[in-house]
Amino acid sequence: MSNTDFVLSIEDLTVSFDGFKAVDNLTMYIDKNELRVVIGPNGAGKTTVLDLICGKTKSTSGSIKFMNKELTKLSEHEIVREGVGRKFQTPSIYENLSVYQNLEVSYPKGRGVFGSLTFKRTAEVEAQVRKVAEEIMLTDLLDLEAALLSHGQKQWLEIGMLLMQDPELLMLDEPVAGMSAKERDQTAELLNKICNNRSVLVIEHDMEFVKKIAHKVTVLHQGKILAEGSMDKVQEDEKVIEVYLGH
Amino acid sequence: MNAILSKLSSSELLGGKKGLLGLAVLAAVIFVALPLGVDIFRLNLVGKYLTYAFVAVSLVLLWGNGGILSLGQGIFFGLGGYGMAMFMKLEASDPISTKIQTTPGIPDFMDWNQLTSIPWFWEPFKSLPLTILAILVIPALFAYIIGFAMFKRRVGGVYFAIITQAIALILSILIVGQQGLTGGVNGITDLKTMLGWDTRTDSAKYILYYVNGILLFGCILLSRYILTSKFGMLLLAMRDKEERVRFSGYDVSDFKIFIFCIAAMISAIGGAMFTLQVGFMSPSFVGIVPSIEMVIFCAVGGRISLIGAVYGTLLVNYGKTFFSETYPELWLFLMGGLFMAVVMFFPNGLAGLWDQHARKLKFMKRFYDDTPEPEKIEPTLSHIEAPVAKKEKPAKVANMKGAKA
Repeated sequence: MSNTDFVLSIEDLTVSFDGFKAVDNLTMYIDKNELRVVIGPNGAGKTTVLDLICGKTKSTSGSIKFMNKELTKLSEHEIVREGVGRKFQTPSIYENLSVYQNLEVSYPKGRGVFGSLTFKRTAEVEAQVRKVAEEIMLTDLLDLEAALLSHGQKQWLEIGMLLMQDPELLMLDEPVAGMSAKERDQTAELLNKICNNRSVLVIEHDMEFVKKIAHKVTVLHQGKILAEGSMDKVQEDEKVIEVYLGH
Repeated sequence: MNAILSKLSSSELLGGKKGLLGLAVLAAVIFVALPLGVDIFRLNLVGKYLTYAFVAVSLVLLWGNGGILSLGQGIFFGLGGYGMAMFMKLEASDPISTKIQTTPGIPDFMDWNQLTSIPWFWEPFKSLPLTILAILVIPALFAYIIGFAMFKRRVGGVYFAIITQAIALILSILIVGQQGLTGGVNGITDLKTMLGWDTRTDSAKYILYYVNGILLFGCILLSRYILTSKFGMLLLAMRDKEERVRFSGYDVSDFKIFIFCIAAMISAIGGAMFTLQVGFMSPSFVGIVPSIEMVIFCAVGGRISLIGAVYGTLLVNYGKTFFSETYPELWLFLMGGLFMAVVMFFPNGLAGLWDQHARKLKFMKRFYDDTPEPEKIEPTLSHIEAPVAKKEKPAKVANMKGAKA
């Protein structure tokens, strides 16, 4: 496979679980600074695609290249260090730590055993934590124990933890699930802001939300791409209406 | 004076005002109150209990903070203890004192088992520096091998606990079975001197008691250094959401292996001090029962508090001595009951209870200035949605404080 300008290029990606192909010969490219949304019915393989990119699941065949570097052979933490961040579907934060500590722990320095033992809270770290906290609207709650945040705030905190690492590619699995209407709007704003210097890949069900953020939409169905393009184009696609959007 | 005090109390290593107070009180108890208050026989007994406290402290690191339950810390306690015992046994087996043996100059149990020379792995234990090195390095190395095999394959939780328990059992069976090489079920006994210094005199017992106390403080400070660094924060994070840590670019297994090795080393120091103070080492300190007992010491003390672990060890052992003298059959049931009660009602043990009540005492207030009592916050939606998850970790705030305590 040749090198490309794409941030992420997935080619002929297949994964099969005991013969069942959750992702079937998938090819997909994501541009620099693009915000891509993947939609599709339950079981379409959306989360599996994220799992494959971030190394949680190993592919059966095919290739995933991030900035022209093959990811399929790397382990999870190596993929993160290349610059790929992933947010899980249910908020994964450290409930026993404060909001500040949650962000600090995610700072990409002192990632080895001995590095972490000698890690110091420098002005640089402090500044980065404050900057991210501002972005995710949690500045006033830095000292609060993360367990006490609301569901929506936990989702933002996890996004913030990824932003601490300043990844080139940010992957979010249903970031607005369980959020109120107001929180959804704020999240949409947040995502539009953070995709300035990076590519973002979002899985989402909420079509209203998708309309607000998507540059381009990919519809997955049974592990295959059903349609791809702008939101308007996809919404008018006969096949998409049939399997997913409904009449 | 005040300046020094404020400087000391701002040091993270000592855990702030509250941590400094805790250390000072513990030091007063161990170095002043106990030596003045009890006779040398009892003090020697306390010294023995304090060697278990090393293991309890190691479990605070490993289990309380890292969430890795090892039911095999007896392995490392035993390795340390046997290392010291082998050195002292070789010294006790000089050709003159063993001249009635078929082969003089080798440990008596080897002679009984028709061995005619010292086995190769005993050779390094002729030298004290090598012995000390072995006490520190061999348990850590062994922990590294176990840790590497388990954590790199992501074996954790209950499976890890069971495997460590199995290894403890295997090791104790191995020691019992190889009587000629290890002294078998009797262990290694009749240990008298260390480089010619008689360890059984009263003055030696006092000295060893203090050395033991100082080493214990050293281990507590080392542990606190680890827990207050980013490493400590990552341990808590891993206990909570391992996947998240992994997907934040950390190789989780490396951190687990490291803390397991440190815990092994701390336990081994305790084992070596046990041998020195008690004068023998046997497989009954290696197997499943002692390993589980040590987990109970740690749980009673409060598994997130380094200092609590020491008190927990002393308290349970005091109870054990007291009850097993009066009601020997009842003790095991009592201890089992105690463990269940702690797990069910005081998951943060003595340290948690203290933390809860000390803030309410007037004279203690000033030590809590910097850590205001958490306000009661109305439960948010997520708590209603996941009451089970919430229930598993009560007293979260105490957890965070405890990590520094």
